[in-house]
Amino acid sequence: MKNVFNVKNLNLFYGETHALTDVNITLCENEITALIGPSGCGKSSFLRTLNRMNDLIENCKTTGEILFNGENIYGDFDVNLLRKHVGMVFQKPNPFPMSIYDNIAFGPRTHGIKKKSQLDEIVEKSLRDAAMWDEVKDRLKKSAIGLSGGQQQRVCIARALAVAPQVLLMDEPTSALDPISTSKIEDLMNELKEKYTIIIVTHNMQQAARVSDMTAFFLLGEIVEYETTDNLFSLPKDKRTEDYITGRFG
Amino acid sequence: MFKKPMSLLLRIAVMLSAAITVLSLLLIVGYILVKGIPYLTPSLFAFEYNSTNVSLFPSMITTLIMVALALIVSAPIGIFCAIYLVEYAKRGNHLVKYIRITTETLSGIPSIVYGLFGMLFFVTTLKLGFSVLAGSLTLSIMILPLIIRTTEEALKSVPDTYREGSYGLGATRLRTVFVVILPNAVSGILAGIILSIGRIVGETAALIYTAGTIAKIPENLGSSARTLSIHMYSLSSEGLHTNEAYATAVVLLAVVLFINLIANLIAKRFRKGKI
Repeated sequence: MKNVFNVKNLNLFYGETHALTDVNITLCENEITALIGPSGCGKSSFLRTLNRMNDLIENCKTTGEILFNGENIYGDFDVNLLRKHVGMVFQKPNPFPMSIYDNIAFGPRTHGIKKKSQLDEIVEKSLRDAAMWDEVKDRLKKSAIGLSGGQQQRVCIARALAVAPQVLLMDEPTSALDPISTSKIEDLMNELKEKYTIIIVTHNMQQAARVSDMTAFFLLGEIVEYETTDNLFSLPKDKRTEDYITGRFG
Repeated sequence: MFKKPMSLLLRIAVMLSAAITVLSLLLIVGYILVKGIPYLTPSLFAFEYNSTNVSLFPSMITTLIMVALALIVSAPIGIFCAIYLVEYAKRGNHLVKYIRITTETLSGIPSIVYGLFGMLFFVTTLKLGFSVLAGSLTLSIMILPLIIRTTEEALKSVPDTYREGSYGLGATRLRTVFVVILPNAVSGILAGIILSIGRIVGETAALIYTAGTIAKIPENLGSSARTLSIHMYSLSSEGLHTNEAYATAVVLLAVVLFINLIANLIAKRFRKGKI
């Protein structure tokens, strides 16, 4: 299995706060990796280092290396190109207040695609990949704000897919959604992993167990355990992992 | 009902204050309407001003020109300055601190001081003379803080999730600002511009010393002209046409009311459109 991300001695600081300590992890292609852990353990911060979204935060400093396909993204790397290859889906669905079509076409247009026929094709394909096409094909010109929360989130997934990323980062993508929408998105993730590498942050351990191949358990800014999901949930090596997944804290 | 005499007293004081506020407004407006409406004659709207008809028509045209010119200068500068402050500058940046102090100070300066500055700088030093150009440049400096402040608020009210969504797709800052943020802030920015129009329409002190008081439709940017407010000031200070001054006040009041109404409508739509 090919490595997509190779993280070496990553440390992250918000001002004086040391949010991530010596993170070393290898993330593999076409797998779903779940990041679990209690609130404030650094799992979201870690996810956001992978496409450098932390750059937007004042006083945020990173040391160490993250190799993406062998290249250090904190070195001499075009951050906009990085974000094209490493897409992101956020906790709260955040479609732009424009039409569904324009939402999906925003990314491709950003990266220079102008031809209508080409955009039409990308919009349809992305919506099909996100299992949304049949629901919205008749109202592509309507505002995406009018959709339900679950639909909005799948539009956001389609929007991320439209730039043809290699990796999809998902930051608690179902925490704001109802159970039916959640299961739709989980099914979708299983289909998407054929083509994409998915890294998901989740608070929900059942979700991690259901969807992921690999699971990393974060605690106080460190990775305590990184294992195949089956092993981590059935035979946790570390006492703290066991305490967490059996619900003794967190 | 009121066990403590203090709370009764307070209630009376509060209601009295409210009553005084409303009554004084009604008194002013009512007085002006009663005094002014009978003199709203067709000759007051004659194309040319002369000392018998004291037409306010040229001043109306001048007011429109003044508004347009001042906005052409200050709206782009103010909006881009706010975009810099909100979207580009890092927090804690010294330049931002200075710009904030400057805008706050500028918005607190009495308009007569702008008038004095306009006269010394635009009229005398730049040799523009008493002119529409000197007046509108002075006004554009005066409304700049207002436009910067309202635009800043409008930009800040665009949720950060939109910015994240846009940057997350690899969009540059420029594209994020122009395609995602500005369309969502536009009604707030517009409301600020309409407020500035209100200030321009109501301004006298800054214009007397820069645009002069000639009551003709200006031939070019270099000619002197008077806006509605100055027209009214001149009529009442000359003492011969006090009634026409009241009539002008009615027109001015209608203009200001109309502008406030539009500002409110836009602000309401702005609040509704934002989720």
